[in-house]
Amino acid sequence: MEMGFRWDFAYEILPQMLLATLNTIVAAGVGYAIALVVGLFFLLGQRTPYKIINIINREIVEFIRSTPLLIQLFFVYFVLPQFGITLSAWVCGMITIGLHFGTYLSEVYRGALEGVSKTQWEACRALNFSTIYTYRRIVLPQAFPIAIPGMGNYLVGIFKDTPLLSTIGVAELFHAATAVGGYNYRYLEPYTMVGIIFLILSVPAAMWVRRLETKVNVAQGKIKQ
Amino acid sequence: MNYFAFLAEHGTTLLLGTVTTIKVLVCSMILYVIISMIFGLMRLSKNPIIQGTATVYIEFFRGTSLLVQLFWVYYVLPFFGISLEAFIAGVVALGLNFGAYGAEIVRAGILAVPKGQWEAAHALNFSPAKRIKRIIIPQIFPIILPPAANLTVELLKATALVALVTVVDLTFEAKQINSITWLSAQSFGTALLIYYIMARLALVPFLRWLEVLAARKVGRGKA
Repeated sequence: MEMGFRWDFAYEILPQMLLATLNTIVAAGVGYAIALVVGLFFLLGQRTPYKIINIINREIVEFIRSTPLLIQLFFVYFVLPQFGITLSAWVCGMITIGLHFGTYLSEVYRGALEGVSKTQWEACRALNFSTIYTYRRIVLPQAFPIAIPGMGNYLVGIFKDTPLLSTIGVAELFHAATAVGGYNYRYLEPYTMVGIIFLILSVPAAMWVRRLETKVNVAQGKIKQ
Repeated sequence: MNYFAFLAEHGTTLLLGTVTTIKVLVCSMILYVIISMIFGLMRLSKNPIIQGTATVYIEFFRGTSLLVQLFWVYYVLPFFGISLEAFIAGVVALGLNFGAYGAEIVRAGILAVPKGQWEAAHALNFSPAKRIKRIIIPQIFPIILPPAANLTVELLKATALVALVTVVDLTFEAKQINSITWLSAQSFGTALLIYYIMARLALVPFLRWLEVLAARKVGRGKA
């Protein structure tokens, strides 16, 4: 076997890899969208006045957060068909990622809501605003900027966890690299290219999130510019 | 087949897998703590080469996916004449990946130590090494342990990935049992439960205990 990095081979498989990168981006985007919504539901479960729902909600969140995404993927992919629900690998992957990261996002939302000072609520009560009005016009506009960095971090996090989808057969970037590598008996170029593509996409994204974080902190007066 | 029959038949296999998972966890934990300390300190160095090296390392490992790194270490390094055993490859990849995240925690922890402590140590004519070792490090533990605890739980979850490079851990065994018996709910469900128990009933209490210990050492918290 030829040693060293073969540039001609890398060039040859580049179009295939870039096409698969699109799939990875779509997977991350869809998974993130689901996670954003699922997070809201977990947040609701946490904030309802019914104790029993709070407890169940917390235990579910804890369970999902302390078990590996990989096995959750296998669980959803292999167990649902036993109950007569046959979903494609894509759908299973998106559901699992949505659920897994939804629990993390609910924590981000919670932190952001708690970041809004209690006196804001008291002032609204004094002004006789309804709860919905208070949320919509007073609390959420203040909570949202606090949530942005956390939300951004998990977008990058989901993006970096998409390779796990290859284990159940979703044709994303890592899956393509494994397939190409297996076909040509060369893993050096495909896996290296996956690493580089991830770096190119996620390092700027992470830097952008960090910039946002600083901006939010400055706006909140936590640090001086 | 009911669940107890399933446990009777496959319980030992899963437990053996769990032992491997714990081994991977402990080894990669030791490695990542050492790496975070070294690179966290390097990140704060005034020497641009040392600082640059640390920054590149941290950005590289935080910017790419753990699974990609794991496969790279296991399948690509042999192209350069470095063949690692699956277990070692798994531990190395986990240690390097989490070391990058840990280094940032250490860096933030060191920066959080009040400046007066550095100045006082300086005024007392402590050597730079002694300043770090006797004054700064003992004080950073209460600061870095809570985020490090979160990271360590993430590490436990991440150890599942080593199954994909043929380390026979809990995930690997669950997958194996699934492919033999097709009892997916039982095999993966049990694996999920074992991970949950390890995290909630063993790892988290241990890390909390460390936090209390560290807080007590610097005279915070209850004696």
